[in-house]
Amino acid sequence: MSSPSLETRALTVRFGGHVAVNAVSCAFRPGELTAIVGPNGAGKTTWFNLISGQIAASSGQVMLGGRDITRLGVAARTHAGIGRAFQLTNLFPALTVLENVRLVVQARRGAGLSLLTMAASRRDLTAEAEDILDRVRLSSQAHQLVRALPHGDQRKLEVALLLALRPRIYMFDEPTAGMSVDEAPVILGLIAEIKADPAATVLLVEHKMDVIRALADRIVVLHNGTLVADGNPAEVMASDIVQEAYMGREIEDV
Amino acid sequence: MVRFLLSGDGPRSLVLSVIVGAIFLALALAPFLFPGTRSLEVAARIAIFIVLVASYDLLLGYAGIVSFAHTVFFGLGAYGVAIATSNMGRTWGALASGTLAGTAVAVAVAFVIALFSLRVRAIFFAMITLAVASAVAVLVSQLSWLTGGEDGMNIQIPRELTPAFRLETEVFGTRITGRILNYYLVFVSCTVLFLLMLRVVNSPFGRVLQAIRENAFRAEAVGYRVVIYRTVATCLSAGIAALAGALFAIWLRYVGPDTTLSSEIMIDILLMVVIGGMGTVWGAVVGATIFVLAQNYLQNLMKSASDATSALPLVPDLLNPDRWLLWLGVLFILSVYFFPSGIVGRLRARG
Repeated sequence: MSSPSLETRALTVRFGGHVAVNAVSCAFRPGELTAIVGPNGAGKTTWFNLISGQIAASSGQVMLGGRDITRLGVAARTHAGIGRAFQLTNLFPALTVLENVRLVVQARRGAGLSLLTMAASRRDLTAEAEDILDRVRLSSQAHQLVRALPHGDQRKLEVALLLALRPRIYMFDEPTAGMSVDEAPVILGLIAEIKADPAATVLLVEHKMDVIRALADRIVVLHNGTLVADGNPAEVMASDIVQEAYMGREIEDV
Repeated sequence: MVRFLLSGDGPRSLVLSVIVGAIFLALALAPFLFPGTRSLEVAARIAIFIVLVASYDLLLGYAGIVSFAHTVFFGLGAYGVAIATSNMGRTWGALASGTLAGTAVAVAVAFVIALFSLRVRAIFFAMITLAVASAVAVLVSQLSWLTGGEDGMNIQIPRELTPAFRLETEVFGTRITGRILNYYLVFVSCTVLFLLMLRVVNSPFGRVLQAIRENAFRAEAVGYRVVIYRTVATCLSAGIAALAGALFAIWLRYVGPDTTLSSEIMIDILLMVVIGGMGTVWGAVVGATIFVLAQNYLQNLMKSASDATSALPLVPDLLNPDRWLLWLGVLFILSVYFFPSGIVGRLRARG
């Protein structure tokens, strides 16, 4: 088995007296898609925030390819290879769809501090952004303002921004939330494509069991900030812990 | 060529192109089209305020940073020239070193303010700039041995730029004086600075500023160090404001708290940005021109309107030139009401 691309070691964060993520240790490997499940408030998004750097850890470590990134800022982690799509759509609303993607391509290539060139003359950036829009089937909306876009298309753009980062770690936080039944397959198809890349490590927070069944190689269960189960989908889904967590009953001491 | 100079971001509206073209031509030929001291004074002021307002819009409209310290940078440039010439005499070297020193100090001050305060919330940044602006105004009036205090300083500039200097040549029947040369120094410098800013806002850097204004959280998440971009924008804006201040000092041959540092000027800048349109440097061209013209000619216009209506009751009183500020206020409210995105925003939206 290959060595972990991403690992959290006893990762903990406290907000006052409340321990939102409690000593979570977990390793992820390239070519593997891990679904992260758990009831609302289990700490899934907080754990994501600790990994991508929006929240500073109280203790524990985040290791990326063997390198300790616990003290790095958000932007530095992104450059190191952590890519994240957000649960609530989080875009640049007054800019066009193409401009949104181009900004991310430009960030990855470190061209943002160029003050005296014309952005429009960087055809390499534009071409790459257009390719990505093609992949998420948004080419025809390229010149629309994002705020005028329907919700489903905004979710696609959210994924497009993640693709534009070309990260080593792909983090999806409920990518199909609020999407209609006929829109969701586009996003799920894209995730399946990413998963087919043996170098990609994919983390997916998801509630929908059919999505998990279709995509996940492994399931990790969080409950009250603690990692309570970790294993292959069939095992974990059948376990008492998951049954109880999803039925909303109390879990006995784990 | 034009596309290159305008960085691919032209006025993008027929009406706006005509307006901007007319302003450019009027300023370019001002000494010949509008002879007279007063009109040349107004033309130079328009050119300088276009640059000053555009540099402020770089912060407010593009980066979404609210600052009240812009007059400080404007003043640093102006005082730089004044102090250099009072120590080095009326030489070109004094003008250059004063301009450079003033600009360097402005950039350094902006850098310190930015580093200290751009990490905090926007409202605190605005407060800090307000405090810095007041502190500088007090310092300038107290350090009178250096700055001339409230009286300000007269500036000795090279003779070639003063009205006393006359060339033998005449152009369009107008004798070329040092005053006209000085005007063209202002006009050409302002044109270059304006085109430079137009380039910056259309560069990859300019796009990042817009992204940060839209969603700083996501900008950071896709890999931009927001604090670095905001700091560079603040320093750049301060540097250009200082250059505008230096030009203003050279033009007026005088600098004082009232011409550069007062809070009235800060408010004027804000009004010009809002009237013209935030988030586009073209807004500065329209906003500064309308505002400076109104400041200088609204009273005359009202005087003639008041005289013309003298037979009517009440109307002449309302149009009395002493009420010009009232009417300026009314104009401002109307423009914000009818053009919330500024005149340029409105014209561009119509296509």
